Amino acid sequence: MVAGGNGKEPIVQIEEVTKSFGDQKVLCGVDLDVYCGNTMVLLGGSGSGKSVLLGILIGLIKADSGRVMFHDKDVTSFRSESEWKEFLKKVGFLFQGSALFDSMNVRDNIAFPLEIHTELSRSDIDEKVERLLSMVGLGNIQEKMPSELSGGMQKRVALARTIALEPEIVLYDEPTTGLDPITSDTIAALIGELQERLGITSLVVTHDIRLAFHVASRVSLLHEGKILLTSTLDEIKASTNPRVREFLYG
Amino acid sequence: MKILEGTGSRVIDFARYMGALSLFAFSAFRHLFRRPLFFRLIVHQIMEIGIRSFPLIAIASLAIGIVLSMHSVHLLKQFGAVHYVAAAVGLSVVKELGPVITALMVAGRSGSGISAEIGSMRVTRQIDALQVLAVNPMKYLVVTRILACMIAVPLLAAFADFIGICGGMIMGITRGGISYNLYVDITFEFVEMIDLIPGLLKASFFGLLIGVVSTHGGFRAKGGTSGVGQATTRTVVVTSLMIFISDIFLSQTFILLFGS
Repeated sequence: MVAGGNGKEPIVQIEEVTKSFGDQKVLCGVDLDVYCGNTMVLLGGSGSGKSVLLGILIGLIKADSGRVMFHDKDVTSFRSESEWKEFLKKVGFLFQGSALFDSMNVRDNIAFPLEIHTELSRSDIDEKVERLLSMVGLGNIQEKMPSELSGGMQKRVALARTIALEPEIVLYDEPTTGLDPITSDTIAALIGELQERLGITSLVVTHDIRLAFHVASRVSLLHEGKILLTSTLDEIKASTNPRVREFLYG
Repeated sequence: MKILEGTGSRVIDFARYMGALSLFAFSAFRHLFRRPLFFRLIVHQIMEIGIRSFPLIAIASLAIGIVLSMHSVHLLKQFGAVHYVAAAVGLSVVKELGPVITALMVAGRSGSGISAEIGSMRVTRQIDALQVLAVNPMKYLVVTRILACMIAVPLLAAFADFIGICGGMIMGITRGGISYNLYVDITFEFVEMIDLIPGLLKASFFGLLIGVVSTHGGFRAKGGTSGVGQATTRTVVVTSLMIFISDIFLSQTFILLFGS
């Protein structure tokens, strides 16, 4: 796994990103820095554009304007497939609904990126799949199909698939939505563990305050298409900004 | 006025659809021979399409051969030329019915399956997952299936030709009183290898149509399960129409190229 860095160097810099869908302005000039080895939590209400921002970062959605820098490369200026490919191999993305391939069993889902992008032998891949499954707290479920798993297990299998290529940063899109509090805590613990043990940088997009308090090194609050504030967890908790207080404490 | 508006909007919708389909096909062709080729996946898809559709095609072509022979025997008996039923059935099946029936069956069985599968992947974000795993969905899902259809449909058409001729033979022997040897001799006298080529080329083109329309249908699916259902239905309707319409032009072209 990639070393986490010192937490001072930005791995991702989002600069003045805007995005509209028709007349609806979703992002109105978002600036956000994510530092190496940190867990940044982007908080925001439903429909505030958090997932759109992640989509822009990963190249699934095109920004209307602005830049997304990954280290010193401008992701928004990528044109060739090879540029995207190299970038995407360094970035993991955990989908809200897991997005496991339902025609493949658990083993094939996790092995998929390894079979496509590495020269590992089948036995090495099997070994790695087993290791990844144990890392996310799952046992011998390689032969099971995604439909046979609970939501929490699906999420953990998806996380195993996400980190299979040893990305530098993992983007989590609402990782606890639809899960019960105990499973949510398990996912939160896993996110923390990946950051602590493997030094993976995380950008977590969520409206789950509990999760934010559990994993965040820094928190940003997205409101009406703009970043309202970015700060440490303690500073956020102590904030007197009424919007922040309203979001945190209802 | 409302009728005009309605017709106009349908024409515009159709033009938009055809434009999107053409762009999609163009994009697929650009990826056709770029690496990686996912060879194993293409073989898997050929097997899937072949195995899924073979029983249907076998039954349909057998029935077509039997019915065609039934009518031909009745007609040719009146002219004392009943043994030519072998030629009539053989040429009709090989040049026209085999490829067209095969393509329609594959469109209904496998084309709809491809569209539904890709459509479900679209609405459950599995296609996005492919993309973020640095796998080009166009290559992995679309090109592999188009190539598989282009290979599987002519193979199935060749089986359909054989089974159709066998169906014709059953009727020729039982209803027409023709001997087995005479039926086979007449078939080989009139149906030459060169006659197989236009039919198989046509089948390959139909495979291309099935592949492009069904993958495009899946890619465009939106709005949950109902969207997948609509995409699947549209795929079968559009592919069937395209098969019939392109058959006219292809037949004319092959007549010019290979003679009647």
